[in-house]
This record gives sequence, C-alpha cells and structure tokens, in this order.
Amino acid sequence: MELKPNVPSGPLEKKWERHKFDIKLVNPANKRKYTVIVVGSGLAGAGAAASLAELGYKVQCFCYQDSPRRAHSIAAQGGINAAKNYKNDGDSVWRLFYDTVKGGDFRSREANVYRLAEVSVNIIDQCVAQGVPFAREYGGLLDNRSFGGAQVSRTFYARGQTGQQLLLGAYQALERQIGLGQVEMYSRHEMQELVVVDGKARGIVARDLVTGETKTHLGDAVVLATGGYGNVFYLATYAKGCNTTAIWRAYKKGAAFANPCFTQIHPTCIPVSGEYQSKLTLMSESLRNDGRIWVPKTKGDQRAPNQIPKEDRDYYLERMYPSFGNLVPRDVASRAAKRVCDEGRGVGPTGYGVYLDFHDAIGRLGKAKIEEKYGNLFEMYERITGENPYDVPMRIYPATHYTMGGLWVDYNLMSTIPGLFVLGEANFSDHGANRLGASALMQGLADGYFVIPYTMGNYLAREKLTPVADSHPEVRAAEDAVAARTKRLLSAGGSRPAASFHRELGRIMWEHCGMERDKKGLEHGMGKIPGLREEFWKNLRVPGSGAELNQSLEVAGRVADFLELGELMCLDALERDESCGCHYRTEHQMPDGEAKRDDAHFCHVAGWEYTGDGKKPIRNVEPLTFENVDLAVRSYK
Amino acid sequence: MHITLRVWRQKDAKSEGRFVTYEATDVNEHMSFLEMLDVVNEGLVAKGEEPIAFDHDCREGICGTCGFVINGKPHGPRPRTTVCQLHMRFFKDGDVLTIEPWRADAFPVVKDLVVDRSAFDRIIAAGGFISTAIGGAQDANGIPVRKEDSDLAMDAAACIGCGACVAACPNAAAMLFTSAKVSHLALLPQGQPERPDRVRSMVARMDAEGFGTCTNHNECEAACPKGIRVEFIARMNADYVKAGASAGRRAGGAPESAG
Repeated sequence: MELKPNVPSGPLEKKWERHKFDIKLVNPANKRKYTVIVVGSGLAGAGAAASLAELGYKVQCFCYQDSPRRAHSIAAQGGINAAKNYKNDGDSVWRLFYDTVKGGDFRSREANVYRLAEVSVNIIDQCVAQGVPFAREYGGLLDNRSFGGAQVSRTFYARGQTGQQLLLGAYQALERQIGLGQVEMYSRHEMQELVVVDGKARGIVARDLVTGETKTHLGDAVVLATGGYGNVFYLATYAKGCNTTAIWRAYKKGAAFANPCFTQIHPTCIPVSGEYQSKLTLMSESLRNDGRIWVPKTKGDQRAPNQIPKEDRDYYLERMYPSFGNLVPRDVASRAAKRVCDEGRGVGPTGYGVYLDFHDAIGRLGKAKIEEKYGNLFEMYERITGENPYDVPMRIYPATHYTMGGLWVDYNLMSTIPGLFVLGEANFSDHGANRLGASALMQGLADGYFVIPYTMGNYLAREKLTPVADSHPEVRAAEDAVAARTKRLLSAGGSRPAASFHRELGRIMWEHCGMERDKKGLEHGMGKIPGLREEFWKNLRVPGSGAELNQSLEVAGRVADFLELGELMCLDALERDESCGCHYRTEHQMPDGEAKRDDAHFCHVAGWEYTGDGKKPIRNVEPLTFENVDLAVRSYK
Repeated sequence: MHITLRVWRQKDAKSEGRFVTYEATDVNEHMSFLEMLDVVNEGLVAKGEEPIAFDHDCREGICGTCGFVINGKPHGPRPRTTVCQLHMRFFKDGDVLTIEPWRADAFPVVKDLVVDRSAFDRIIAAGGFISTAIGGAQDANGIPVRKEDSDLAMDAAACIGCGACVAACPNAAAMLFTSAKVSHLALLPQGQPERPDRVRSMVARMDAEGFGTCTNHNECEAACPKGIRVEFIARMNADYVKAGASAGRRAGGAPESAG
C-alpha cells in the first residue's frame, strides 16, 4: 500500500487556497443526489453532518449515545486556540502553525498543520455567529487565556466548559438540519462494520442498540468521526462508551492505521483512589496558568501540604524549565510528575500524585477572581475528592487523555480506502507525536466545518459511483460477519464480565506502553495480550440476548477490539526505535532526560496495514519533509 | 458500608416493571454511585443474571447521559450533582435506597433505569439554534456583547439536557430545559432576528411532546445539577407573550415545518 499524502504544490501559505480552487465542485442541484454517512456526532462529526447538509447533501448521522449532544467533545474544558492575535502579543497563523509542529515534536505533516492554523480564525467567527457564549471582557470583546506550549494568549474559552458550548453549537446546527429533513439522525446506533464495494467505502452495518436489529446503511461516502481510542488503557479521561470499534473495523477492511502508539498522557487528572475506579477525571490544563506544581523536597515527607514551608518544597517544573515553568507541554509535564513520584516524593494515599497549588494565585488575584476563572473546576474537584482546593492544594496525576494516532488520512482527510474520510481525533491528526492544549477542539471543528465540505465534493465529483444493492455480496458478507461476531460474544459461555478483561488489558498497556516505554517491556506486553484475548473468548460471559438493549454486549464488543488494538500499539511503539513527543523510549534520551528523536530513521508516519488475524501487519511509511521549519530539538527551558 | 438497593427493573418499554432488591456490600466511600452499581452489576453477571441497565457516559457530570431517581430525588440528595459525581461518602452504612427511572409520559422507559429523552432533541430541532450557515461569518469581535449578557447567556447555556427538571416536576414540565435554550439565544445579539419565532416553535414542540405545564413549584431548579434558575422560565414566558404580538409573520408557521 502506498501512503500518498496528496499535498498540493506551491508555497505553504497558498496551498489550501489553491486547492480549494483546483478541486472539482458538485453542482448545487446534484448534491441532493448524494448520500453521505457520518459516524459520530462530536465536534468533527456533528460539524461535518451539519455543514454537508447545509450544502445540500443528504446525510445520515449515527451515534451510540442517546442524543448527538452527548458526544465526548462535550467534556473538553479549557478552550480552543485561534490565531486571532486579538491581544496584539505577536500571534499569527504562522506562529500557531510553528507552535503546533514543534509541540508535536516534528512528526506531523506541515501542510495539514498550516491549514489547521489558517482556518482556526474562521472557527471562532463561526462559533460566535452560532451563539457560542465565549468569555468576554467588560468592553464586550472576546477574552483569551494562555495555555501549555505557547507563549501567547490565543485560547478562547467558555468558563471551564468550552467543549460543551462548542459541541452544543454544532449540535444545534445539526438539529436544525434534522428539523429541515436534510439529516436523518440515528441515535443509539453503533457501527459494527464498514461496507466496501469495488474498493470504495459505500456504507456501514449498524446495530440499533435498543432493538438489537442490525441493518446496512448505504451511501456514496462514509465519514468516520468516532474519536480516539485511549480507553484501551481502561482508566482514561474518556467517556465510558468511547471505543475503537469503528476505526478498527475500517482498519481490518484496508484503512491504514497511523502511529497507533502516539497516545497523550494529560498531566492534570485527579489521582486514582481504588480498584473499583471506572474512569479518571481531568482537571483542565488551564489550571496550570495560575496553579503551581510541587512536591516535597525530601522523600517520605508526611506533613500536610500547608505545613511544609516553601524552602522544603520542590516546584520542579519551574526549577527545570524556567522559561515555560508550569506551562510546559503535556508530555514533558507528565513525565516529570511520574519521575518525582518514582523517586518516592509523590503525595496522597497512593504516593502517585503531585500538588497543584493555588495559594499564591489566590493571594495575588483574590479568591473571587480565581473562582470566576476556575470555579466549576474547583467545585468538581471537591465533589470527587471531598477536599476544598481553595484551602488545600489539589492532588493531580497524569492519565491517558488523547490519541494522536488514528486512521491515516491524506490532505483531503481521506483514508487509504477511497470514499472513507476520517475526521477529528479518529484520524492520525495534525498533532504529530504530541498535541498542544486547546488544539483538539480546533482540529475537530476545522475538519468538520471547513475541510470536509470541500474535499467531499471533490471526491464525489470525480468518482463515478453506481448504486449498490442491499443484496450485493459485500453487503451480505458484512452483515454475516456482524451476526457471527455477535453470536460468538453471546455464546462464549464463560464466567467473567467483559470489564474484567478490559481492566487487565489496561494494566498491561499502562505498564508497558504508557508514559515511558522500552524494548523489553513492550515485548513483554505484546507477549501477554494474545493470551488475554484467548482467555476473553473462552471465559467471557454476556448475559441476555442480541435482540434487546444489552449493555453487556455493547461493552464486550468494544473490549474485543481493544484487545486487538493494544497489540498493534505495542508493536508500533517497539518498531519506532526513537523517542519523540509522547512516545518516550527510555533507551533514547538526551543527557538531561528529554526525548531524543532519530530524524535520520524515523522522520515519518508509520501506517499499519492489516494482513489477517494472527499475521504481522505491514509497516508502511509516509516520509515527512519539513520545508518551512527547521527540525530543532524541542526545548522549553 | 452495606447498602440495600430497591431497583426498578423493566425488561422493555412494553413490559411491566417492578422493584427488585439487591444488597451492595463492601461499598467504599470514595466510589461514585455509578461505580457502586458497576460492582453490583459485575456480581450479577458472574451469577448469570442480567445487570441493571442505566445510561451513563462521561462520568464527569457534563454529558447529561446519566440520571435516575434516588429516594424520590432526581440525581439523589446532593445539590448540583449528577449521579456519576455523587460519591458514596454522602450515604451511610445500612441505608436503603429506592432507585427508579425518570417518570414522565414524554420520557418512556426503554429498559430498567434507561428512558427515551429524544423529545428534548426535537424541541431543539424546532428552533433551538441560530440559522447561520457554516462559512462567511463576520469577524468574531465585530459583534460585541455586554459581559453581563454573555455571562447570563452562559448560565443558561450550561444546561446538560439530563432531564432531571422534568423528573422533578409534579407536572413533568420541560419548562426549565426549554427556557434555558430560549434564554441563552435571546440574550445574545446574534439570537435577535429569530427570537419570536424561536420561542413560539420551541414551546409548541414542547407541548406537542406531552410535557406538562409549569405551576411554579420550582422543583426543577432544586433538582438541576447545573444550577439553572427558574428566572429563565420567567424570561421565556415574557418572550412568548411578546412573540404572540408579532405572530404569523413567518408564512406557514414554524412548529409544523419543524416536523
């Protein structure tokens, strides 16, 4: 398989403009003749469904939740970046582009990242037009805050609920199209299989989660906007339902899976409290603007945090990275936290935690200002931990939060299967080996609102697609595969619930393919997963039937796919024999412990090609060329 | 901690439901209510019984998926807290808790504690938006908004659409939900052109879905996990009266066209 990025020629800043002119258009009267299937209703999915419907395409949109408004984009707290330069602090499209490429440790595609930075300004305009209540200053203009990995204030926000407000904007645009009859919405439906006919994506098989009925939905193109796969770690900041099934089914139908080992660990989450823990809760990174991170200087210091005088505290980020301080990128902050805890200086009952302290900020700005900025986050923290962060420093620890890896896409966001487009976190994205804060919302909306409306038209205008009959052998085969799989899950006949396998997989992944990785550990992890998978199929128990709402069956199906994906992630991490961004191989580090890239051998995207169950997938490569930035050593000192 | 649960079990929309008693043993005070139910469910699966179906997703109180009634209170006893963020430290050893789904004609039970809230989506589809097409928006700072208005709009927009307001209301009214969206958009300059049509269409859809009417019990505000205030209902009512005066401007009428 060839990974052809299809990046337009010409200077970087003219590529998207030129591409938009060069692409073929679909005549307005013809658009209604095309049906586009969109899976997922987060920022990317709802954005795509709404904007394609506005153009006149017929859209069918699917989500597993009971309403499209519940997609996990809703949980993003901190904000969305845009190169508006409203603060006159030196921001520009070029700087946002550069920060993102550098933040991603030079493992992203220049042209995609530039386009992302370019359309970022349109996103804010669009959202304001939709009525998104962004924070404002007293003069009535939009307020900004700063965020990790940047030295300018370019982050727009709506209290600590930016994702919610952006998603509701997209959801409302989507509901408007549903009301107009342009979008047919299928809530409580989960994609089970991709239908590929004559090498092109033409539909999906979906299960109605209420009745259990599986049905094929055919169209002219398929858009997957199904989010990331971080729940492979079991404990993550994702919603419980987030899964890899849609992209994994597509991978097994021929879509290359790019950089699966690039998973981001977020530095500011509430630490684990016990075995029953079902998920981890993130505290917005924006807290690092005003909170200071520290641990005791000496190992085993059992004093209460307020009893530890300043001279006995180690504000380790400020010490190690004086120019970025507490605002270093996520991967750097996460590893530093892990190290101080591994040294035995961690805090809290488990010893896996560091303090995030607002005492100084409250002294400087007053409690009222802190409450205005972070009130809801403080409230959430207190609700979960029973501790009041205005009085006692928060305890935080890193947790899996985002996956930069995902299905490989070209400049048009099309996968290696023609007609299969992948948007948002589900694609391998514009974030390289590490994503900067407030950039996920930006990418989701950029893909959904501003990229796919153009590139979808280009695809449909160029292809000669003939209708596919429901009785087509490929359709039948996909339906049969789904039926067989469901039957197998229901009839495994063992005694363990799917969640117990998921927890076990999560422990393997966190230990061997987590924040720090090495050859031995990865090989060990890879060795363990097939046995766990075998045990799953032998000893799984799913009560109930396939012809009803069956949440155990839903979970089991998702866990089955995670059990396969986990192995590919370890393999990818093993074969990427360098450190870069989030992917930290302990064998490859600078003398000061920073990630050491190997640009001579690994300045590329790895796109994995499925070759059959039990067979080693093929590692294809898309070389990355940097014509506009120098491959520098990432430094935040 | 040992907790006794009386849980509403109902196979599907058509079947009769009943309360079934379960014992939750070794409950840890740091567990969330849903984590406590996870443990109960894993025990049921191990015994070959069907687990209790309940809706949940983000488990951080923002997606609005979860929710059921605990001892007569939607989302349980803690103010401004969804069940996913309700921790067991607020209960005590030996508590007997009755758990049932949202009760409202407009929210039919799907299974056990799961209800169908799609009526909320249809209320939004009837007018809970600003009709702007993607692309071509003016510069964001070209529309200044008074900070007070913007903050108040945000207060209303914080609604998570969980349905607790309906479950709490003796009339199963959806006024708090609907008024939150009407107010959010009516408070912003961008929302003005469609303001009268919006409130008429959304209220008409709300009535058509079978929600009750508001008789000022204010139970909705007490139950709302996001602290949405009943003053938004007053705002909506005022808007509705005003919109009546300009009724019929749009040919065809919006409620019917919203389908």
